[in-house]
Amino acid sequence: MSIEIQDVHKAFGSLEVVKGVTMTVEKGEVVSVIGGSGSGKSTLLMCINGLEPINSGRILVDGTDVHGRGTDLNKLRRKIGIVFQQWNAFPHLTVLENVMLAPRKVLGKSKAEAEAIAVEKLERVGLAEKLKVYPSKLSGGQQQRMAIARALAMSPDYMLFDEVTSALDPQLVGEVLDTMRSLSAEGMTMIVVTHEIAFAREVSDRVAFFHKGRIHEIGPPAEVIGNPQQPETVDFLKSVL
Amino acid sequence: MNYTFHWLPAFRALPDMLWGALVTLEIAVLSMVLGVLFAVLLAVGASSQYRVFRAAAATWVELARNTPALFQIYMAYFGLGSLGIHLDSFVALLAGITFNNAGYLAETFRGGLRAVPPTQVRAARSLGMGQIQAFRLVVMPQMFRIVFYPMTNQMVWAILMTSLGVIVGLNNDLTGVTQEYNVRSFRTFEYFALAAVIYYLLAKFVTVSARLMAWRLFRY
Repeated sequence: MSIEIQDVHKAFGSLEVVKGVTMTVEKGEVVSVIGGSGSGKSTLLMCINGLEPINSGRILVDGTDVHGRGTDLNKLRRKIGIVFQQWNAFPHLTVLENVMLAPRKVLGKSKAEAEAIAVEKLERVGLAEKLKVYPSKLSGGQQQRMAIARALAMSPDYMLFDEVTSALDPQLVGEVLDTMRSLSAEGMTMIVVTHEIAFAREVSDRVAFFHKGRIHEIGPPAEVIGNPQQPETVDFLKSVL
Repeated sequence: MNYTFHWLPAFRALPDMLWGALVTLEIAVLSMVLGVLFAVLLAVGASSQYRVFRAAAATWVELARNTPALFQIYMAYFGLGSLGIHLDSFVALLAGITFNNAGYLAETFRGGLRAVPPTQVRAARSLGMGQIQAFRLVVMPQMFRIVFYPMTNQMVWAILMTSLGVIVGLNNDLTGVTQEYNVRSFRTFEYFALAAVIYYLLAKFVTVSARLMAWRLFRY
């Protein structure tokens, strides 16, 4: 049970943004990915659940080749939850309906079952009071927590977080990080692309530093953040801390 | 001013005119239903990978939006007639208005589709929905809200366009009936004023019920 990334290359047109990344994330592990803008870290996440095709290499999720010819991506995505920087709430549905939609239509749960799951997940992220509200009435932090609940409602084995606090007002960042913190405490396998260095240091088992499409340094946070070896990592950390 | 108003004959004609209004509504509703169907085809055609379909869709939309509706109806009746295709007045009018509706609605739909951000599809797909599911459950409902009011406007426009049926000999819709009475008595002002009131009420009925429907449908 793991996500194995093997020498993955990804280009948009002639611009190669991921230049041969190899990394394995074991079940139960929390790996944070840090690095400057345009270093390819978000793109790599999109490749992991097949939202973006890759040019070469392989990504295996529990042994299934994500970009393999016969792979049923719709089925594979059920076990990989993703939360985006722009939370992408479905504006035409209430908070409850947002979270119920995929369990009902993708997993084929009954209305009552889906509702029970949704209520549980929404309570978990602290939105029990907002079930009947439309997303437009929520703050950014609340919408982002709803997006987390929506992904969790599919009972994924893996959660991918793509700079989920970058678009939030500073005072709303804490509530989202708290939710993620409790997830990691429960043993959820997570890949977290983030600019929150302190958070990465606190929750991660390992931290990967991305620079120009490559992993420059990977290891326990005490090493990569506490005692970086590469000059690029040192420069980056200096610029964000 | 030495014209004396005689309203009584106009009011006597009212029942016949109301029956005519029903025909007017019938044509407008049919032309909208067919118009929506063709508009969907045109919107799909416009984004087709085949040039023929793109060109055909573009030509339809361009002609429908940039030539008078009157000419479009005229062509359906006399134009096709000279090619040996003889439509009766009702069908010719229906065809003309449908052609016009489809042209306008195709653009409305295309715009509506573009207004839904692609990130919505991405979010839906990330939850394991297929392409069609994502479209049906996430894109369509949002698009429907965007195109709802333009569709309402088109419906009003369709009702008003039916009055052009008189030029292709339609005599049982609201304008047709009114004109029949008019040529017999020449109480032009009275008859057409009354007809105008009925058109106004039909149009208002459409916009008011659309507003009620929107209030019910779009709670977000």
